[in-house]
Parts: sequence; C-alpha cells; structure tokens
Amino acid sequence: MLEVYQCALNSRLLLGSARYPSPAVLQEAVRAAGAEVVTVSLRRESGGERAGQGFWTLIRELGVRVLPNTAGCHSVKEAVTTAHMAREVFNTPWLKLEVIGEDDTLQPDVFGLTEAARILCAEGFQVFPYTTEDLVVAERLLAAGCQVLMPWGAPIGSGRGLNNLFGLKALRAHFPRVPLIIDAGLGLPSHAAQALELGFDAVLVNTAIAQARDPVQMAQAFAQAVSAGAAAHAAGPIEPRDLAAPSTPLIGTAFRG
Amino acid sequence: MRILVNGAWREAQAAQLAGLLDELGYAGVVVSTAVNDEFVAVAARAATPLHDGDRLEVLAPMQGG
Repeated sequence: MLEVYQCALNSRLLLGSARYPSPAVLQEAVRAAGAEVVTVSLRRESGGERAGQGFWTLIRELGVRVLPNTAGCHSVKEAVTTAHMAREVFNTPWLKLEVIGEDDTLQPDVFGLTEAARILCAEGFQVFPYTTEDLVVAERLLAAGCQVLMPWGAPIGSGRGLNNLFGLKALRAHFPRVPLIIDAGLGLPSHAAQALELGFDAVLVNTAIAQARDPVQMAQAFAQAVSAGAAAHAAGPIEPRDLAAPSTPLIGTAFRG
Repeated sequence: MRILVNGAWREAQAAQLAGLLDELGYAGVVVSTAVNDEFVAVAARAATPLHDGDRLEVLAPMQGG
C-alpha cells in the first residue's frame, strides 16, 4: 500500500494519458494496468471544437484519481497560473508540478521548481514535483511543503530507464520515509521492476505504454513488473558480490578427502 | 474591441469575461480562464471587465503525461 497526501493507493503504477493511438485504447490500457492515478493536462480549446470535453468524460468514466500537470510551463508564473486553472477544472488539490528548464532534455528548472512549489504548497496544493535526483533540491522541495517527490529516471519519452543509478540510490537512502515516484524516461517493464526493487514507491509511465505496438499488453506487462519489483524489495534482495558462493552445500561432496 | 484569445485576435462585443465566453461559443463547456496571465475563477468571470488588447487564455482538459 502506497500513501501519498493521506491517500492510500493499491497500485504502484501511475499512468500518463497522452500519445495513445485512440481514447478507447487509453481506457483499456488504464484498466489493464490497474492504475488508480492518471495524469492529465490543460490545453487551449476553441469554442466550437470541444475536444477536451470528450476526453474529460472518458477520464471520469474510468473512476481514477487525476493528477493534473503543468507540462510545457517554463516559468514560475506560468506554472502557478496553470496550477490554479487546473485546480478549478479538475477539482483536485493534487498537482504534478513541472517547470521545464531546457528543451532538448526537458530537464526540470530546479530553481523555478522549488520557488513554484513554495508558492503552491502555501496555497494548499498537494504538489508532486517533477525533479532530478539532486539531494539538495529534494531537501528544498520537502522544506517547501512537498510530501512526495518525483525524480526522473531519464529524459521524458526517452525510454532509457534509470540513467543515474548511483544518484537515485542515494536519494532513496537519504529520504527513507518520503514517497518517491520515478517519473519519466522508463522504456521497459524491467526498468520499472528495477525502480521498485531499489525501494522506490511507484513509477509513472506514459510513452513506453502509449507508443508500444500493443499498449494494452504493455500496460499489463508494466503492472506485472511493478508488482514483482515491489515484492522483491519487500523480500530483501541479496547484495551482489565479486566472487562465486556455491549454492550447493560442500559438506559431503564426493571424491574429496 | 480586440481581444487576443488563445493566441488569435478576435473582435469582442461583451465588456466582461462571462459575456465574451458566451459570445465565443463556450457556454456550458468546462474550461478554465486567465486574463493577462492571471487566473480568473468561474465565479469571478461576470465581474471581470475586458479592455482592448487584453490577452485571454481558455483551457480545457487534455491528455497529459
């Protein structure tokens, strides 16, 4: 059981809702993943078009919790205004806070992120900050009032998995009681399993599922990997070692002595 | 007067935000609004005056990662 902002979640797999081949496939993938939290966004809408209304109906039919994001925001001001707009439309204090600092990597602007987090936490938002594995930034985000952190595995949509294992392990070790959700950059279920094995509390996956040849099957595969990783962490994995250690007992071995 | 609506200039008759949204076809649509980069809540739309050259953002739920 994962608890974020006093909300208990059974599933440790959070899904993004973008880049699916169709709304129907998105719906089926969310069900196949058993996801309880789905990220959503806000975009410009024209009066006649009403594209967003159908999407919002579809998400509500799923009965999941929505986690609105501030994707595309490059400044504190944009992120804070978008947060206010999202809170009204989606009727939730939850917010995946993104302040993007660099366009090639979509790396978070951690200075803008901590400032926006401070403002929004003070206004009662429950902020899920999209951050790096930097320990000092993590400290600042917690001091700002964040009760969960979402470090990147790799750049958004890159599918590279956990790029900085050392940094991510240090983050996990440094904040043993803070819910940590790996957000961005996972490409394979094995990446998700690895994150959970290392003790991360959950993963958020979008592109790896949405852009797979069969998103529904991939959603199932990620769900299984997340369950396996969580179980492995709970079971206490062995430490790797450099030399062999015979698994078959040596006592009574034939032809010896 | 002219209002920049989602990045495109539009002629507006209404003098306040709620009226302009009706004029533009947003009646009954779930959207959130900002005028000149400041969030305007649903309850405040009727009392929010518009001026020539104002920038209006009208956003709706959309897929996101």
